[in-house]
Amino acid sequence: MPTLNLAGAGRLLVLVAVFLAGVWSQSSGVIDDFIFYLPDVHYLAVQHLWLTVMSGGLAILVAIPLGIWLSRPSMARVAESMMQVLNVGTTIPTLAVLALSMSFLGIGTVPAVFGLFVATLLPIARNTYTGLKGVDPALKEAAAGIGMSPTQRLLRVELPNALYVIFAGIRTALAINIGTVPLAFLIGAGGLGELIFTGIDLYDPVMMLSGAIPTALLAVVVDMLIAITAFVVVPRGVNPGRA
Amino acid sequence: MIRLDNLTKVFDTPKGAVTAADHISMEVPSGEICILLGPSGCGKTTTLKMINRIIRPTSGKVFINGEDTTSLDTQDLRRNIGYVIQQIGLFPNMTIEENITVVPKLLGWDKAKYRERAREMMHMIALEPDAFLKRYPSELSGGQQQRIGVARALAADPPVMLMDEPFGAIDPINRAVIQDEFLKMQQDLKKTIMFVSHDIDEAIKMGDRIAIFREGKLVQYSEPDELLAAPKNDFVESFLGEDRALKRLNLVKVRDLASEEIGLVRPDDTLATALQRIESYGYLNSIVMVNHKRQPVGIITAPVARTTQGHCRDHYQSVPVVVSLDDDLRKVASLMFAHDMTWVPCVDDDGRIVGQITQRAITHHLGSRYRAHSKGDDGVALDEASPSSAPKE
Ligand SMILES: Nc1ncnc2c1ncn2[C@@H]1O[C@H](COP(=O)(O)OP(=O)(O)O)[C@@H](O)[C@H]1O
Ligand SMILES: [Mg+2]
Repeated sequence: MPTLNLAGAGRLLVLVAVFLAGVWSQSSGVIDDFIFYLPDVHYLAVQHLWLTVMSGGLAILVAIPLGIWLSRPSMARVAESMMQVLNVGTTIPTLAVLALSMSFLGIGTVPAVFGLFVATLLPIARNTYTGLKGVDPALKEAAAGIGMSPTQRLLRVELPNALYVIFAGIRTALAINIGTVPLAFLIGAGGLGELIFTGIDLYDPVMMLSGAIPTALLAVVVDMLIAITAFVVVPRGVNPGRA
Repeated sequence: MIRLDNLTKVFDTPKGAVTAADHISMEVPSGEICILLGPSGCGKTTTLKMINRIIRPTSGKVFINGEDTTSLDTQDLRRNIGYVIQQIGLFPNMTIEENITVVPKLLGWDKAKYRERAREMMHMIALEPDAFLKRYPSELSGGQQQRIGVARALAADPPVMLMDEPFGAIDPINRAVIQDEFLKMQQDLKKTIMFVSHDIDEAIKMGDRIAIFREGKLVQYSEPDELLAAPKNDFVESFLGEDRALKRLNLVKVRDLASEEIGLVRPDDTLATALQRIESYGYLNSIVMVNHKRQPVGIITAPVARTTQGHCRDHYQSVPVVVSLDDDLRKVASLMFAHDMTWVPCVDDDGRIVGQITQRAITHHLGSRYRAHSKGDDGVALDEASPSSAPKE
């Protein structure tokens, strides 16, 4: 039958596999093992998300004004060299950033949030800057010629037209952030990394997966949330997703 | 009225100072279109942008309606000057309606008023409001976007407009259409307009006055006909092109040069009468036959009238060509060449004969270097086209 195409067959296979896996895990007691870790997962996931929200939120609050500030014509002279610094900063591995942060601030939540904040800050600031710099000069001239004040130009013309690029930066930055949060465990800030790393150390796959799977899910959910926000917030005329 | 007083701009560049505009003084009377014309880099854009202070003048002053604009707040000044740029510059994040109402909103109009204004503007530029107002610029063709650009500049009804090569980005066919539409709008709106162009034909078509620039200096500032008739120096002459005499034809309407005197016959007249009229009017070759409404239905040629007996209605040939009073001389000249004629009958809107236009009237017009372009001085045309000097062939 033509309707039973490959995709359909594939879906069926996956369903069967999931079902069999379920039957096996039930009989072998793996599910009970997972349930054993559930309170830990819950507690650590909240801690994990809290690290992301704190560091990511702070980064957005600082990076966007920073990018805007650097993109102002009055900053033109220093902006490029500062962007170079930020670019170099982006190439430092996040683990190294955390390590550096720890060596200054000790262990615990504060150095973790700070390290994550720095790692998240750079892509957002960079995209805000390049997004604003990339706005067609003709638009800026039209906005000025029409009689908009500098603030009106920024809010009504420049930012809306750079918004898509800025959101792309936020998305990249938060992907880095969520991917790095498990490492925060290493400097004593907890999070789902605790299950992952302890699981690895004890060679306990169930424990490790109890940390890894929620981490992966969190990454997917946060990414989707940003994508949805971008879809809604970026004006239709400059939103490739809604063309 | 816009008046520039010794307006000067010197750019400091790494390669030294560039004088982009050098003591430009000129005045554009209210309700007229002034074209800033010249080769690339001659300072047209710089001069234009000093008027709304996109570029700060190095020295000199700009007066609008007699008021020195240096004392005005920059944003206030700009909100009262319509500005159209070559790149169109519609805001892609805003709908067409939002684009058009940007300036009225800045000026604090209330919602009902600016929304009504948006619809009014759409009618003015001949785009259907319901179909377009909610769309985004990227969903429009280049020509439509350019119209919206003009509508945005006009929305708050500013007395003064600045337009920098506004129709430069459109293909030639659409450009001609938009130029015509714009001129038609201007007949009612009577804005005072500074308009940058590098296209001599556009300048002649659109301009009440033309300012020719060269290397930052204003070389000649004249009405188009005078400019073409009497270029001030070799630079202007070569910029206008060798066919500048022909370009002048665009500027004159049949109405301006047509003679009201024309010999006619009716279908009931005999061929003998026709021959007699051909001779008494001094025509060489033929005479037009009209019906009872004075509409041309044919011509009687001299050889036929001479050799045949009978009535005109049985022996006429078709009329090769007629022109209307609102046609320009370029069309007339072209038709004369195409049909090998030295005269063409002119008709009014109802197709009734009102006179004729002759080749001699046209050449005489081109020969008169300083024919005043002003109203009430069409007398030249009439004595030129008297029957004796307008022989038919
Ligand atoms: N921002 C600027 N900085 C330096 N030189 C400029 C600038 N803008 C224009 N110029 C120079 O001024 C001259 C006139 O430019 P412009 O007014 O744009 O000419 P046009 O519009 O007639 O083509 C040119 O030589 C150009 O290179
Ligand atoms: Mg220019």
